Amino acid sequence: MQPQAQISTVNLSAFFRSGRALKEVNLQVLPRSVLAVIGPSGCGKTTFLRCLNRMHELVPGAYATGQVLIDEQDVYARESDPVMVRRRVGMVFQRPNPFPTMSIYDNVVSGLKLNGVRNSNSAQAQKSLEQAALWDEVKDRLHAPATSLSGGQQQRLCIARALAVEPEVLLMDEPASALDPIATARIEELIRELRERYTIVIVTHNMQQAARVSDWTAFFYMGELVECAPTEKIFTNPREQRTEDYVTGKFG
Amino acid sequence: MPLAHTDRAYETELKDLREKLLSMGGKVEVAISRCVRSVTERDSQLAEKVKEGEREINRLEVEIDDACRRLLALRQPAASDLRFITTALKIVTDLERMGDLAVNIAQRAFELNQAPPLRPFPDLTKLADLAQEQLRKALDAFVESDVQKAEEVMKGDELLDTIYKKLFNELLIFMMEDPRNIRRTAALMFVAKHLERLGDHTTNVAEMVIYMVRGTDLRHPRSRQAELERIERG
Repeated sequence: MQPQAQISTVNLSAFFRSGRALKEVNLQVLPRSVLAVIGPSGCGKTTFLRCLNRMHELVPGAYATGQVLIDEQDVYARESDPVMVRRRVGMVFQRPNPFPTMSIYDNVVSGLKLNGVRNSNSAQAQKSLEQAALWDEVKDRLHAPATSLSGGQQQRLCIARALAVEPEVLLMDEPASALDPIATARIEELIRELRERYTIVIVTHNMQQAARVSDWTAFFYMGELVECAPTEKIFTNPREQRTEDYVTGKFG
Repeated sequence: MPLAHTDRAYETELKDLREKLLSMGGKVEVAISRCVRSVTERDSQLAEKVKEGEREINRLEVEIDDACRRLLALRQPAASDLRFITTALKIVTDLERMGDLAVNIAQRAFELNQAPPLRPFPDLTKLADLAQEQLRKALDAFVESDVQKAEEVMKGDELLDTIYKKLFNELLIFMMEDPRNIRRTAALMFVAKHLERLGDHTTNVAEMVIYMVRGTDLRHPRSRQAELERIERG
């Protein structure tokens, strides 16, 4: 029997005012696995990611059709609340974006406060910072401004902030592209640890990074999902010629 | 028309590696042909040339290894490029061993050519012809990425083994008939054994060609039955 997919998209298409950005994407992500999404600029990989937590529709005129099922619940169903969706599906962006006026601690618990949680915030903050592999570095200065941290630490703080609301799925849009190699390695290590608890979808331009961190890799080209397969297969023996050409550096 | 790599320097590096491998393969083919003739035509000058040619083969082995390491370290090759480079790394060892075997055969030729000739053994000629044909076919399979040819090579090795066994028995009987033949016949036995080993290295090349093209590793079927059945089922 096939394990139940944590995320599945059914004929997912996405549109901007200027036209279609994703064409009928059907894809499954297993629970507690890492899916890397690769493809040349403009292939729709970030749009795909942003459809998963209904952030795509925040762009004026943008909309999506088809289904995105998280644990079999369609996030685009009429009764579905985008705010609740984004709580279940956390997101980390390319550039670290901690709230600049807030302390480290307040950044972590900001999501909880927005959700009206009042109690046991400090325990949750510690847990999230531990999971984001940042606790040991900040435990003595939790009330220092978030902006006093290095870029890599700020990115891990953003991950802690995303984890604090206990999402099921974590989306990462080029989470290490603004970081130096050591900070990148720490994020990659962290992704492997988070995989024990969360389902992760990561968009990356860096194919070697996709190869290092993911279990599955999806290759997008011109809004279409060309191939989704175990990462090892994509990088040693892909099924599709377009995937082969992309991963060997023949276009993109 | 297959696409070229966007990075032209990378494209050139891969092409150079391929050309070096072909050049090495060509040199091994020449060495084998010469060492066989040095025995069958009793030509020690050819045997000498085989020994000289070995240096070039060894030099190419090191160059190819170097080029592969450089590509792996600097280019992070993927998919068919990765399979090509790992194949190159493996078949270069087989080619170098074939070069050594050619030298071993040439050395036996020196011994044999200093002694009076033995009666002809048609199976030795057959074995030598087949070994050379197998090698040629395996190298063609590599050049043309031709899986079918590579599979023919793998099948052809069984015939090579059969001829070898038959020849071995013939030589054994010949030794028993007259002990004065033993030294020279033993030399021929070594030649036969080297040709049989040559066939094994040729088969390795063919297996790697199949891996390079298809991405499936068919080696050691008896030790990996379950795994190969899984691959087969997809």
